[in-house]
Amino acid sequence: MEPGSRSTILAIALALGVLAALPFAAAALGNPAMTTLATRILIYAIAAASLNLVLGYGGLVSFGHAAFFGIGGYTVGILFHHHRFNEALFGLMLGTDQFLITLPAAILVSGLFAAAIGALALRTAGVQFIMITLAFAQMLFFLFVALKRYGGDDGLIIRRRNGLFDLNMRDDTTFYFVTLVFVVLFFALVWRIVNSRFGLVLGGIRQGERRMAAIGVSTYRYKLAAFVISGMGAGLAGALWANYARFVSPDMMHWTKSGELMVMVILGGAGTLLGPLFGSAALILLETVLAAYTERWQVFLGPILIVIILFFRGGLAGLVDLVRKRP
Amino acid sequence: MSAILDIRAVVKRFGGLIATDHLSLDVQPGELHALIGPNGAGKTTIINQLMGEIIPDSGEIIFGGEPMAGLKPAARVRRGLGRTFQITQLLPDYTALDHVALAVQAHAGHSFHFFGAARADRRLTGPAMALLERTGLATRAGVKAASLSHGERKQLELAIALAGEPRLLLLDEPMAGLGQVETAQMVDLLKGLKGQIAMLLVEHDMDAVFALADRISVLVYGRCIASGSAAEIQANPDVKTAYLGEGDA
Repeated sequence: MEPGSRSTILAIALALGVLAALPFAAAALGNPAMTTLATRILIYAIAAASLNLVLGYGGLVSFGHAAFFGIGGYTVGILFHHHRFNEALFGLMLGTDQFLITLPAAILVSGLFAAAIGALALRTAGVQFIMITLAFAQMLFFLFVALKRYGGDDGLIIRRRNGLFDLNMRDDTTFYFVTLVFVVLFFALVWRIVNSRFGLVLGGIRQGERRMAAIGVSTYRYKLAAFVISGMGAGLAGALWANYARFVSPDMMHWTKSGELMVMVILGGAGTLLGPLFGSAALILLETVLAAYTERWQVFLGPILIVIILFFRGGLAGLVDLVRKRP
Repeated sequence: MSAILDIRAVVKRFGGLIATDHLSLDVQPGELHALIGPNGAGKTTIINQLMGEIIPDSGEIIFGGEPMAGLKPAARVRRGLGRTFQITQLLPDYTALDHVALAVQAHAGHSFHFFGAARADRRLTGPAMALLERTGLATRAGVKAASLSHGERKQLELAIALAGEPRLLLLDEPMAGLGQVETAQMVDLLKGLKGQIAMLLVEHDMDAVFALADRISVLVYGRCIASGSAAEIQANPDVKTAYLGEGDA
């Protein structure tokens, strides 16, 4: 999928049409669960697209992205907690349940964590980088397990979704559209970034760091910037998830969650714009469908993933290309 | 005139092997200085030390009057060093034009521009196309590096290096693996650059070296055993035994 090509624009328009019509179709079919399922897919699409920026475009295999997803979620959860009990946070400020405050806060806090973790992890490369990002994420996981003040491993319940203007956020269809707006904005942002000067440098780093150094690019600062942007995106997804589920727990940061995000990226097509959306949809739909038949659904998920990854090297986005190019 | 590059008693050991043995060498502004020597003489090792990819054990490298110690490769490039790789280092998914435009972009300053579409930016593609024309690659601008021929990759290496407007070019076997026609083209290209950019040329193709070099130094086991004009080197008995072989050169 070449970003900017006419077929990509067509695919995006089509996807947008389907997504906008979805809640109405769900209502018509008498199946409102479709809307919440789609909300989950969209939120994970943002998280996967964030990871795709570093993994797919930058070639940086971060195995700890669930950490930023969790940090974003906990930012919303903790702010709500302080708001609800009217306690000062760090003795400084009160909590809040306003979407327009919690969301930027979540993005900012996860960005700060990404800056700190990235600054250290990006001194390494290859397997070491994978391991060190995993280690940092697990450290945060255990930190929140131990943090009894915010529920420990039971997590934090958020009684009400954050308020946004006069919208009825309790309504799942309203929340779906709010999520959709963020998805559109975020994917548009990623599109701009990967085609910018910064994006070209990032893609160059994936393909050959030695070459990039030889043209005078100090790669570390660009990798770090990409890592921070990516962490912020995952934090945004986490904040949306906290509102969607009205619950945050350390499980959001567990390494299996990082693995799920990686599967979504690779399944959908690493380094493609819409791949993470396809990957998120495929994984969550497969999970839902298979789980309806058997408790041991992962036994069936594994082989399906292997087939897709073995036979469609560009992931699902590559499959879409293949089908489209058939005469 | 002071030298653009001054290598002073540089030593590099890899375990028991001495790859660079108290090597002193200079390149004058505008000069094409060729470095020849048998395989394993440490020619690429010295290029990698000049670039900062390998750190010398001792000695000094002065470029443009400034000591290079402690500077990373990218910082050296920004100070005016350019290099081509013996084994081409290209970005397989990027087109020839992408490569040169990226080099123009890197030379123009930082790349923290997140929004504008870089491939549509004339400030990058304009100079890049001009360089592709100069190196004979204009018709191949839209071809991905993975699909370029070996000769084209060598030309592209040079175009990328030139985009940085270097004061000194380090050319690591630019003719290696090229056919006769391609070699002649490359020699012409380098001749066209002579006088404008100082060059340190590592090359095995003796015809090319003798046609291009203002000065030739012979490296054997990391040491410089002779230095002089083409005629002097051809006449030097040590060089004949060490490198040129049974006097047939």
